[in-house]
Amino acid sequence: MKNLLIGIALIGLLATVLPSILVFSSAIEPATHKTMMVVGMILWFVTAPFFMKRRDSS
Amino acid sequence: MANEFERESVPENKLKGLRSFIGMYAGEHAAGTEFMIGPLFVTHGVTVFDVLVGLFLGNLMAVFSWRYLCAPIAVRIRQTMYYQLERICGIRLVALYNLANGLMFCFLAGAMVSVSATAVGIPFNMKMPGLNDWLPNSVGWIVAVAAVGLVISIVAAKGYDAVARFANIAAPWMVLVFLACGIAALPQLGIHSLADFWPVANEIVWTGVPIEGQTQYTFWHVFCFAWFCNLAMHVGMSDLSIFRYARKASYGYASAAGMYVGHYMAWISAALLYALQLKTDPSNTTVAPGPMAVSIAGLAGAVCVIVAGWTTANPTIYRAGLAFQILFRKWSRFRVTLLAGSLATIGAVFPALVMKLLDFVALYGLILMPMGTVILLDFWVLPKLNLKSFFAEAAGISVNWAAGAAWILTLCICLALFLLAGVEKFFLFIPGWFIAALLYIAGSMIIQRRAFREAGR
Repeated sequence: MKNLLIGIALIGLLATVLPSILVFSSAIEPATHKTMMVVGMILWFVTAPFFMKRRDSS
Repeated sequence: MANEFERESVPENKLKGLRSFIGMYAGEHAAGTEFMIGPLFVTHGVTVFDVLVGLFLGNLMAVFSWRYLCAPIAVRIRQTMYYQLERICGIRLVALYNLANGLMFCFLAGAMVSVSATAVGIPFNMKMPGLNDWLPNSVGWIVAVAAVGLVISIVAAKGYDAVARFANIAAPWMVLVFLACGIAALPQLGIHSLADFWPVANEIVWTGVPIEGQTQYTFWHVFCFAWFCNLAMHVGMSDLSIFRYARKASYGYASAAGMYVGHYMAWISAALLYALQLKTDPSNTTVAPGPMAVSIAGLAGAVCVIVAGWTTANPTIYRAGLAFQILFRKWSRFRVTLLAGSLATIGAVFPALVMKLLDFVALYGLILMPMGTVILLDFWVLPKLNLKSFFAEAAGISVNWAAGAAWILTLCICLALFLLAGVEKFFLFIPGWFIAALLYIAGSMIIQRRAFREAGR
């Protein structure tokens, strides 16, 4: 289960940064880029809290 | 509550690995204010070379300052900066330092609140403050700042553990949003390949011509700014509290993660966003991170600006509260943190705080730097001169005037250099460091020898 969450979170990070490279290479439109970034944000914030370690209080 | 070793050395079994420091620095230095600093360089007319090379070398100096000034003392003594200062300077002088530190934290947090407010105001079509505005330009701005400040202050006052955890989770995403914004802005600026970058950036982004009303900055301004941007933390030694958990002094190099992600890539990305705004509408010179990020990254950009401002303002207000608590000992942590949050919010209402962020950062570092010099000399130099380290503790005094004079006189001399000799504020910390060093050594010689003479009678 943890591995699945990590995989989805990584897809979220990829969906955040990869579209910008596609915009740069004119493969997608800026509007598509914005939508993909929102999807990436949701994927990351929905999954990351379940596997990222708690910050040490010190 | 976890033992944070506030008045003792960190034991061997509590030391942390290199990865903790890399993660912490990378996250902490991708703050809301990065959205401001990159564009402000553009407004001051720097060139591509100034930015790319000046930032690279200035950040390198900052990393070396952490590695060779701060970390070696931290791993030898393993105590917080505040406790070391108390032992050197005495409890009353530390209280004064805490007041200065707390106020600086408040205004820094205020700048972060302002950054978040620029994104919060977008759905309400709020008029953004202008580059040369000192006073709030609309009721909407005051309401947005007050709302953001209130929420952040209350959350900080209730203890910031949950926000710290959220900040930890948000950090990798935020860093990638910064990167994505920069890359996606390139084609709209007319950069379609690596070969396009230098000529187009020279012509459109970092043109070498300041915006009307702004002073001209050079390579040296960029270099020195990158170096002293965190002056209070490395030369000023406040990160002794961080590196006391490091196994080796070489962990000081972990600060490079923060410098080259937050203070290189993020500043450059933010500058590209601002250049795009100017290209679209040359009359729109305001530096408003919210609209800039939304124009490239849409909703994710707006969320990033809010989160970047919020997650960094929150611990800053909390730290300001801790600093003030030494002065208001009978106040609860909740009350004193609310006071710090209120000061931050009042500061944030005035756009000058964020539009003049580069100047504020220069002042912030300069005010706190002399005490770092005192710690450095007290540890390395005083024993070689047969003088006693941690003199306030040894003599049982509440004010060590050698340290007090080094601090106050250095600031007075720097002020005189600025006002009378016309030394640029960005460069003051270099003579300031040597002035503080000489004053502390001379003062320690006078005070300690007199104390020993009196003790011998």
